[in-house]
Amino acid sequence: MANALEVSHLTVAFGKTTIIDDLSFDVKTGSSLAIIGPNGSGKTVLFKALIGALPSRGAVRWAPGTKIGYVPQKLDIERDLPLTGLEFLRARAEVARAPQEEATRALGLVDLAPETAAQPIGTLSGGQFQRLLLAFALMGHPTVLLFDEPTAGVDEPGQEEIYGLFGRLKREEGLTLLIISHELTLVYRNADNVLCLSRRRAWLGPPVSILTPERLQEAYGAPAHFHVHGDR
Amino acid sequence: MSLPAASDLLLPLGMAAAAGLIGSIAVMRRMTLASDAISHVALPGITAAMLIGANPVAGGFVALVLGAILVWSVEQKTRVPTEAIIGVVFSAALAIGSMLASGEELIEALFGAARRPSPAEAAVGLLAAVAVIVFAVRARSRLVITLVSPDLARTIGINVARTNLVFLLAFALTVALGLRYLGVLLMGSLIIIPAATGKLLARSLSGMRRVSVGSAMGSMLAGSLAAPALGVERGPLVIAASAAFFFASLLRRPEA
Repeated sequence: MANALEVSHLTVAFGKTTIIDDLSFDVKTGSSLAIIGPNGSGKTVLFKALIGALPSRGAVRWAPGTKIGYVPQKLDIERDLPLTGLEFLRARAEVARAPQEEATRALGLVDLAPETAAQPIGTLSGGQFQRLLLAFALMGHPTVLLFDEPTAGVDEPGQEEIYGLFGRLKREEGLTLLIISHELTLVYRNADNVLCLSRRRAWLGPPVSILTPERLQEAYGAPAHFHVHGDR
Repeated sequence: MSLPAASDLLLPLGMAAAAGLIGSIAVMRRMTLASDAISHVALPGITAAMLIGANPVAGGFVALVLGAILVWSVEQKTRVPTEAIIGVVFSAALAIGSMLASGEELIEALFGAARRPSPAEAAVGLLAAVAVIVFAVRARSRLVITLVSPDLARTIGINVARTNLVFLLAFALTVALGLRYLGVLLMGSLIIIPAATGKLLARSLSGMRRVSVGSAMGSMLAGSLAAPALGVERGPLVIAASAAFFFASLLRRPEA
């Protein structure tokens, strides 16, 4: 199938509260989809429904043979958790019955130094930890990567680097990317399509048609600004 | 005064190694208080078994397994925090257990007894200790990824609910192993204190497991050797030794 993902009439509810209501969209294989929207619009809930971590109604169809890599939103890790980044990746290799060298390969893909990965995960900086989670996701040789706010808590140069890395993975590994983000400037420059969720409805289209002042005002209930430097 | 024979130390040391390994995961899962509370669930099982003339350790084990399944199923099906569920189950278990037992039996159930296990009991105990150790080693990767993020675990094909259940059952079996030697109150401590020492001293999972197992086995050995010399029960001495390791570790904690 030309689409990596087809979602039709997806509804997710917690008790009587409906978070996602009758949502349908497709994601083309090898493309990148950014998911934006105000807090509480259901972005993370959508991801959890897509990976099957939450019960939902409607249909979520992944292309046959899809392997999902998931990079969750900032995890609640104790600073003194005695677990190094390398041990975390080696655990991943062991579960997949893959050789331990897979951890080294994944660290190379995300440009994370082995000596940094040898530190306890609670002591890594936000950007380093995101790279470690990305390395974890890449170890399964995924065809689709889901990122939930990959640049939250990361400084601006770090954000640019992470999005640069996404672009490289998309080109070199042929991955399909789904990215939840609040960084509208980066979304504008890097995403092929944008899914904008609000509490009332959703819009899907290329950044130039979705990231308009009027649409953002309607979705966020307030003006949302972003800056575009140069051409895409 | 006589020192215990090496064969008498085999089961306690195997049990301590199992406690050190299971404790490492329990402490990393932030189950420090919960673990202590779960162990108390054995009490009504022990006292009920005594009342009907059955093996008290078997009674305690049955109660622990039922308690673990109860905590797990409430955790799966409701949004009540685990700490709250365990708090309720623990208080109810203590209340029922103390209603069923007489004063002396209650003290024995809480703090353990000095009786030697029968050969059959020792063999079953050793097998159970080996089973817990094998589980803790073989399942370590699944357990670690699940405790870091259940969602991440799901995306790589780990059955999170089953992993949590099997861990709770292994925990229950570990507590049951120590009931005869340490009793309900002290066994929870042998699982938690050495692992807390490991967390203080180590910066890696492998380091934490080494310290935790070493501290649990060292405490068990020290308590077992000192008990006949001092003419006191082994259980409280074992826990006092593990607490001493913990406080000593506070002086040597590496900078994070």
